[in-house]
Amino acid sequence: MSRTEIKIGGFGGQGVILTGFIIGKAASIFDMKNATMTQAFGPEARGSACSSQVIVSEDKIRYPYVKRPNVMVMMSQEAFNKFSPQIDPHGIMLIEEELVDPAGLPDTVTVYSIPATRIAEELGKKIVLNMVMTGFFTAVSRIISREAARKAVADSVPPGSENLNLNAFEKGYEWGLKQLEG
Amino acid sequence: MDGDHACCEGALAAGCRFVAGYPITPSTAVVERFARRIPRVGGVFIQMEDELASSIAIQGAVWAGKKAMTVTSGPGYSLMMEHIGLAVMTECPCVFVNVQRGGPSTGLPTLPGQADMMQARWGSHGDYEIIALCPDSPQECFDFMIDAFNLSEQYRVPVMFMMDECIGHMIEKVTIPEADKIDVTPRNYTKLPPDQYLPFKPAENMVPEMVKAGDGYRIHVTGLTHDYRGYPVMSADCQEELVHRLVNKINRNEEKIRHIIATDIEDADVVVIAYGITARVAVDAIALARKQGVKVGLLRLVVVWPFPEAVIRDLANKGKALVMAEMNYGQIYYEVERCAQGKVPVLLAGHGGGDVHKTEAIAEKIVEANKCLS
Repeated sequence: MSRTEIKIGGFGGQGVILTGFIIGKAASIFDMKNATMTQAFGPEARGSACSSQVIVSEDKIRYPYVKRPNVMVMMSQEAFNKFSPQIDPHGIMLIEEELVDPAGLPDTVTVYSIPATRIAEELGKKIVLNMVMTGFFTAVSRIISREAARKAVADSVPPGSENLNLNAFEKGYEWGLKQLEG
Repeated sequence: MDGDHACCEGALAAGCRFVAGYPITPSTAVVERFARRIPRVGGVFIQMEDELASSIAIQGAVWAGKKAMTVTSGPGYSLMMEHIGLAVMTECPCVFVNVQRGGPSTGLPTLPGQADMMQARWGSHGDYEIIALCPDSPQECFDFMIDAFNLSEQYRVPVMFMMDECIGHMIEKVTIPEADKIDVTPRNYTKLPPDQYLPFKPAENMVPEMVKAGDGYRIHVTGLTHDYRGYPVMSADCQEELVHRLVNKINRNEEKIRHIIATDIEDADVVVIAYGITARVAVDAIALARKQGVKVGLLRLVVVWPFPEAVIRDLANKGKALVMAEMNYGQIYYEVERCAQGKVPVLLAGHGGGDVHKTEAIAEKIVEANKCLS
């Protein structure tokens, strides 16, 4: 299937929107595929569980919203509780392992986990946790190429912070490769 | 970038250098970007006290020689209606962007709608025609904003750019061509000297030539019925000549203004008609219905007003069943039904807004329309 639906969830401040933006940018601008990103606006998007939704496809994307995510990236328990029932039964679930207990998923869903916040803190800035997750996502899901993702990260973060963010990306990417091997 | 941002960039590429607006969701990002971007290209953005002021400030800027626009959503659009009528009557080329949300009233600020389509056509009092375009992606928000400005200059008419919340907030890749590859229609300024120039005397294409402030022409511009000089004339004869021309300069040029995209309609038994985001969703619905064996095509309206009556009549004459898909309860559907003249089944796939159509909902109507034929 050419169309892949991705949903990223977490709480405000974790960089949920930027993560979706970078994945979409990597796919559409640097990997030359098509990508559409949408996000919930309004009161339902405020508070504890927010999300961004990205569709990546070889073909032109028509229906704009994510209905049954093939890949989910969940960075908080509330987001997991709210969004995880939507997942494709054969999809993959990526979680921040110290913040999310992935209980209640169908056995057919593959779960990959990473202590992204701790890794980010070890790099000196908790705020780059979303870049750790982006690297992890890139390695595990293989929807976007590593090079495209790196370019999209460097292109989307504040000038001067590229190295820190790319380091965080690489930590997540390496963790992802290890999980795939293990 | 998202559709709102692309709309701003399209306007700048079209030469827009004055924007007045009163921010309202889901169009706020358009004015946010203008506030940042337009000073860098020598233009001005003013956050006005309300939508009435916004919709009149842009007309002042036009008469001063700038290309100008305003942007809003449903509630603000309602407030702009009086001045849209003034722009029609004074033949003031400008663009009104409406990022449609669910209505009536304040409705659904953060969710999409397509229910302002009739308001775009006849929301102001009096009899007139305007031009309305519906993009279906951020890329088209860029591309068709340029068309909107160009059409407004060609026909000296306010052009309605009818986006929706989904398109406005959706982020996709947008390719912006080199400036020299973008066709921009300049304002048609008169070459006549002040003593020979009549500001409302139609040229060959029924559209009068313009002047701008500071060039030495003394002119009168009024919302009252006026003669070639622009002076008020309170007579049925003058009204007939003026209003007839305002209507005809659009209607008689419908074929030139027309912008439709027809896909697989030649051999189709059923044709789906749609515009904006709904046309995108309809493509998936058509694929679904084709799997069920229905020969179905898509007629996408990029320009919804003036309405391509002849195209719909032709489909009806060829015996094709029609399905109108739109996020309202039949604003364009009744236009389609009128043009079909009872010759073929015309079905509505409509809803009140707040979400795009479910693909299955349009597909069901396609199958139903196909059954009506047999």
